[in-house]
Amino acid sequence: MHIQLKNIHKYFGSVHANNDVSLTIEPGQILGLLGENGAGKSTLMKILSGLICKDSGEILINGEEQDLKSPADALRLGIGMLHQDPHDFPSMTIREDLQIWDQRSGRANHSAVDWQALMKIQEDLGFNLDLDGSVGELTVGERQQLELARLLWLGVELLILDEPTTGISASQQEILFSALKKLAGQGKTIIFVSHKLEEVKELCSRAVVLRKGCLIGEREAPFDENDLVKLMFGRQITRTRTAHAGTRDVCLSVQKLNIEDFRIAIENVNFDLYAGEVIGLAGMEGSGQRQFLQALAGMKQPSSGHILFGDEDLFGKNCYDYQKLGIFYVPSARMEEGLVPGMTLEEHYILSDCEKRVFIDSKKSHKVTEDRIQRFNIKGRAVTFSEELSGGNQQRLLLSLLQDPAKVLLLENPTRGLDIESTNWIWSILRERCQAATSIIFSSADLDELTFYADRILVFFSGRISEPLDSAGLDEERLGRMIGGKDWPK
Amino acid sequence: MSKNRAFINFLFRISGVIAALLFTALVLLIAKANPWEAFSNIFLGAVSTPIKIADSFVAWVPLILATCGLVITFTTGLWNIGIEGQISLGAIMTTWALRLLQDSGLPPVVIILAGFLAGIAGGIVWALLAGMLKFYGGVSEIFAGLGLNFIATALTLWLIFGPWKRAGVASMSGTEPFDMSIWLPTLTGYRLSIWSLILAVVSVLIVYFILKHTVVGLRLKAVGKNYKAAIQMGISPSKYMLLSFVLCGVFAGLTGAVQVLGVYHRLIPSISSGYGFLGLLVAMLVDYQIVWAVPMALLFAALNIGGIQLPIMMKIDSTLSGVMQSSLVLFFMLMDGVRKKILKKEEEQSNE
Repeated sequence: MHIQLKNIHKYFGSVHANNDVSLTIEPGQILGLLGENGAGKSTLMKILSGLICKDSGEILINGEEQDLKSPADALRLGIGMLHQDPHDFPSMTIREDLQIWDQRSGRANHSAVDWQALMKIQEDLGFNLDLDGSVGELTVGERQQLELARLLWLGVELLILDEPTTGISASQQEILFSALKKLAGQGKTIIFVSHKLEEVKELCSRAVVLRKGCLIGEREAPFDENDLVKLMFGRQITRTRTAHAGTRDVCLSVQKLNIEDFRIAIENVNFDLYAGEVIGLAGMEGSGQRQFLQALAGMKQPSSGHILFGDEDLFGKNCYDYQKLGIFYVPSARMEEGLVPGMTLEEHYILSDCEKRVFIDSKKSHKVTEDRIQRFNIKGRAVTFSEELSGGNQQRLLLSLLQDPAKVLLLENPTRGLDIESTNWIWSILRERCQAATSIIFSSADLDELTFYADRILVFFSGRISEPLDSAGLDEERLGRMIGGKDWPK
Repeated sequence: MSKNRAFINFLFRISGVIAALLFTALVLLIAKANPWEAFSNIFLGAVSTPIKIADSFVAWVPLILATCGLVITFTTGLWNIGIEGQISLGAIMTTWALRLLQDSGLPPVVIILAGFLAGIAGGIVWALLAGMLKFYGGVSEIFAGLGLNFIATALTLWLIFGPWKRAGVASMSGTEPFDMSIWLPTLTGYRLSIWSLILAVVSVLIVYFILKHTVVGLRLKAVGKNYKAAIQMGISPSKYMLLSFVLCGVFAGLTGAVQVLGVYHRLIPSISSGYGFLGLLVAMLVDYQIVWAVPMALLFAALNIGGIQLPIMMKIDSTLSGVMQSSLVLFFMLMDGVRKKILKKEEEQSNE
């Protein structure tokens, strides 16, 4: 499919999200679309997939101008987008979800629903979705897999992937990439939106960079990483590893912990969390990290075992007891589980204020709000609604709501979908907390992030949890193999 | 721009009202009645004399009290359909307290106050039942409320025809009226009591204050908008939803108490007069903003009172007021939807 975008403009209020973007994409090409958070990548792709309307400009598909009014329009033309947030029906089974989409696409080639084709696509990509399982019970990563399989199944010619590797394992990524290359070989057009240079380097034959809504440059493979970073950020950024902040004081001791779920059983977990330490949870999405984090936060009751905090066994207590002790959970789904849509930043700060009071002290809350917005560098005002913030700023808001001092922070994919700069910034804040003896356990799909920021790593594989591995000197290849289920002791 | 926007919003509201009037006129034409005559009768029936205006306020008090409670439950994301039953239980408990104390020789003020307190207790108990069915039994508050409404109606009828029946013969006209000394004192020559009016105004102020200026109010709102996030902020959704039911129960109980103490002076079968359901309409119509509920409830009350004229003057059933009220809600919401759609389009265009 030959795609031509001409002089695309899009405004959100006073923000010029896309500024005169022109771009041509040839069939069989894997185009990397780079840019930091808020650069306008998602906006441009949403325009191309019919989710939002452009303010001006032209979209030519195979030389013909098309007016894309809805995702269904785009799908009919063979344009499919894999979104950062899954677009599916949580209350349905996977089979029902697929049937709905099949009807929506308006392409009649699935009159007798062609499950075999779908199973084959699944197999090709190495996914293992149970068609009769409920969509709502899938993890974010599994829902992305469902979406990808569905788009291919509906026969899209232009596949847009918005940060597709967040939430899937290294081995799955490999399979995904080889599948994408295969699809490109078959003449399909692929747009790969990312801020991970490694991936773009590995996959794409051409890359364009957006910054502040403008298309500011393009490069052909092979790429020079530093050159791309300079294009994206206007300067070079390198990660600086901070010194190990952990001590040998045990903060939380987990003994013989068993966690059971309808989907996964985690057995016999034993480890000590030291004060000021960072433990990273590695593993494929859905290997039990979420259940583990929630169990340690009192959000989910373990079936047996001990969680010792000081002299106290927290087994059987609820999440409010944990919160009172300074143990906090930060969910991955920011808008769904962490923030309140329709409430302003200031209202969030009032709500998270632990001081007991009856009346709202607006003088104090104004001050707290201004302080936090400045300290956490949030691009928003006191009266901004939480849902109006960008993903990175929502994460900053979420972290800024945590009480000080906290004893243990349990973070589920804290930098999911964030660019390097935001990630660095968030980790600098988290590291600061570690200096103040706060311990952190976080899950991530990014091996670099894990080896870089964690002192020790626990590897998850379908409910099994490894011994804590020291991240200093840890062989990344071995870590990757363990995530994929190899090298485990019998 | 924003001034312009406010004017456009106003235009849409007005057009909703006009559409509702046209629809009602159509219904009247089908019923072979003169719409103009009917409208003017309703209008005159509500405002032509001071007594009629006062009567509109008599209807306004229970309606705004019920709406006060509903605004709180809606804020917490709860559909408190059980409000009717909560009003009835308030009325039953008030009647019970008055029956118990009417011959005790206590000063009337004490008996009336005891009646109010008993009414509040009745409302709270019935609201808490709905809340506990939701949290401990997993029954949606809509069905719990619906079921409890039926039970409350049955209970009222049983009391009227059973234990509390009139000397001689029991009838649909209710229990034996109380002695005038324990009626809520009214203005001379009117059915309106200044005390119930004060109660209603104070209730509105309290609800406004709770929701705008207290931490509890903000927490109720947070639970209503995203209970999962509320958990992360240390707010227990079930606790605050139960609190929301209790607060609503207070106002529902007061509604029932006012109906007994200030309007009917006895327990009658339809003691809630449908003010609970009407309150649901008012609350939805004003987007759960208590300040706007005040004039809207007054309009609805006036329609109720004005409608009484219809059977007398034109031999049309007074339920026409109900047709007007519900078409008002439907068209209002419809126009609001249209307005949002058009404004969104305009926004997109103005950005070009």
